[in-house]
Amino acid sequence: MRHVTTVIIGAGQSGLAMSKYLTDYSIDHVLLERGEVANSWQKERWDSLRLLTPNWQSRLPAYSYEGNDPDGYMSMPEVVDYLKRYADLTGAPVQSGTLVTRVLQVDGGYEVTTDQGSWRCRTVVIASGACNIAAVPALWAELPRSIVSMTPMEYRNPGQLPDGSVLVVGASATGVQLAREIHASGRDVILSAGEHVRLPRIYRGRDIKGWMDVIGAMDVRYDEVDDLDRARRLPSLQLIGTPERETIDLNSLRKLGVEIVGRLVGLRDGEAQFSGSLANYCVLADLKMNRLLSSIDAWISANGHDNRFDAPCRYEPTNLGPQTRLSMDLNDSSVKTVIWATGYRPDYSWLDVPVFVHKGRIRHDGGVVQAPGLYVMGLPFMRRRKSSFIDGAGDDAADLAAHLNRSLYRAAA
Amino acid sequence: MTIQAETRTVNNGVNVAALLGAREALDQAPEAAQFKWRATCEWVNGTHSRSIIGNFFGLGTEQSRENTFCVEADHPQVFAAEDNAPTPVELVLSGLASCLTAGIAAVAQRRGIQLYSVKATLEGDMDLQGILGIDNDVRNGFGVIRVHFDISADASDDDIKALVAQSQKRSAVFDIVTNPTNVVVTVN
Repeated sequence: MRHVTTVIIGAGQSGLAMSKYLTDYSIDHVLLERGEVANSWQKERWDSLRLLTPNWQSRLPAYSYEGNDPDGYMSMPEVVDYLKRYADLTGAPVQSGTLVTRVLQVDGGYEVTTDQGSWRCRTVVIASGACNIAAVPALWAELPRSIVSMTPMEYRNPGQLPDGSVLVVGASATGVQLAREIHASGRDVILSAGEHVRLPRIYRGRDIKGWMDVIGAMDVRYDEVDDLDRARRLPSLQLIGTPERETIDLNSLRKLGVEIVGRLVGLRDGEAQFSGSLANYCVLADLKMNRLLSSIDAWISANGHDNRFDAPCRYEPTNLGPQTRLSMDLNDSSVKTVIWATGYRPDYSWLDVPVFVHKGRIRHDGGVVQAPGLYVMGLPFMRRRKSSFIDGAGDDAADLAAHLNRSLYRAAA
Repeated sequence: MTIQAETRTVNNGVNVAALLGAREALDQAPEAAQFKWRATCEWVNGTHSRSIIGNFFGLGTEQSRENTFCVEADHPQVFAAEDNAPTPVELVLSGLASCLTAGIAAVAQRRGIQLYSVKATLEGDMDLQGILGIDNDVRNGFGVIRVHFDISADASDDDIKALVAQSQKRSAVFDIVTNPTNVVVTVN
């Protein structure tokens, strides 16, 4: 049994940012990492993926991008190198190849069991990410056996798919990117879309994620929003990072030849049923996009910058034609693969502390879990809108490290 | 991307505080959120029938009402019927309209938007070759339903469109008509 003040579970951007602050506080700690630094970026993403945020926006405490392409988007190998350099620079005490199998509350703290022995600590920071498991709807079980079923965790590139058409279920960042890439490989693609968030990649000459940062949208705190549950459940933005800085949305995919259908709501005897509610989700997405663009325009005007940027514009409303298809017989169609781009969820199967609310989520207040000395990081809108982005790890780590430090002092007093 | 809550007082006759309170309570006690809606229906004559709607189950217990309600249905004379009441499919249109309209009032109240008038006009296309069994490729139900809202309210055009969109997103009948539902029918 080894002893340490703080165990950080996971050595991605969240764990590394927290480690930096704990080092500054002289709090002894260890990062237990099942693989290597930036493991899920390295091993659990498809080949072509690039970050959805521009390079300059991958800021971490005392660290930022210094290359010659600040407006570009990092490929996965670049993200891994970037985070590994940060781990080296900060001297993060990473113990790699260490899988946490159980965290148990014990007198005065926690016992952390791993496949490399156990640790006793006073505080635990869960920084293992929000996307450990592909969330697949229950109707998955009804898929005909002749169809290959795949999650984005397993998908690497179109070359691994059988010949034939592909049904991509889900039109958030993952789904639209896979639909585009698989269609470009020469396959017919059907994309099933429910609620989604549409954005242009570039607005008035600048990156949309840059605008959201500049106008303060990414810094909005969890205790400032009207409906936090809804903000946390918001689907990921329809964005793609390409060297051409292209916009991806249902209009662009439809123009390429991807067939758009409504949310997959039923699978019976091999017949896939798609919701007739798609038109409304498109209206909701268009209105939401326009509200954001209006707030950007307002910020530009209020700061007297109207002449510095391209003129304001609005984009063509989402147009999916007169009627989208409501059903498809998978026994008798060219579809040979279904990809479930239906979201991700964290894996807490090893967390043996009674802190869960229904549906397996951890009850927490901005990352402060309702068990003394237990913290969580990197979840969507956890403390701020940017909490699940690389750029958000630093501010959250600063807040939570300060809280953790105070709790140690209080315990000592 | 947050919506600013407005402070001026609006009155659409919706008790939003009660609705929000219910939402919070039911989030803590999901079992109380399990409701059962009911109707009985008796054949009168020909295509004419009469439904009675009364008690329902919810909040963990049987809920009784002061009144029971009667809804009749029939078919028009072009179907060689007596036209005593609307057709069931017209009642579906009415149910959809009422559900969306109620939602618009509730969302408007929540967003601080005063409504002056809301009028929905609905039309559903049906190819009778379906129900008459002439062509198996034609479905029995509506091919498409069009809903048009005329709304006068103290809000911008986009804010009114957002009201209508949010109402669809949270509408039970909209969900019932746009998504499949398991229907279990038993006899005696």
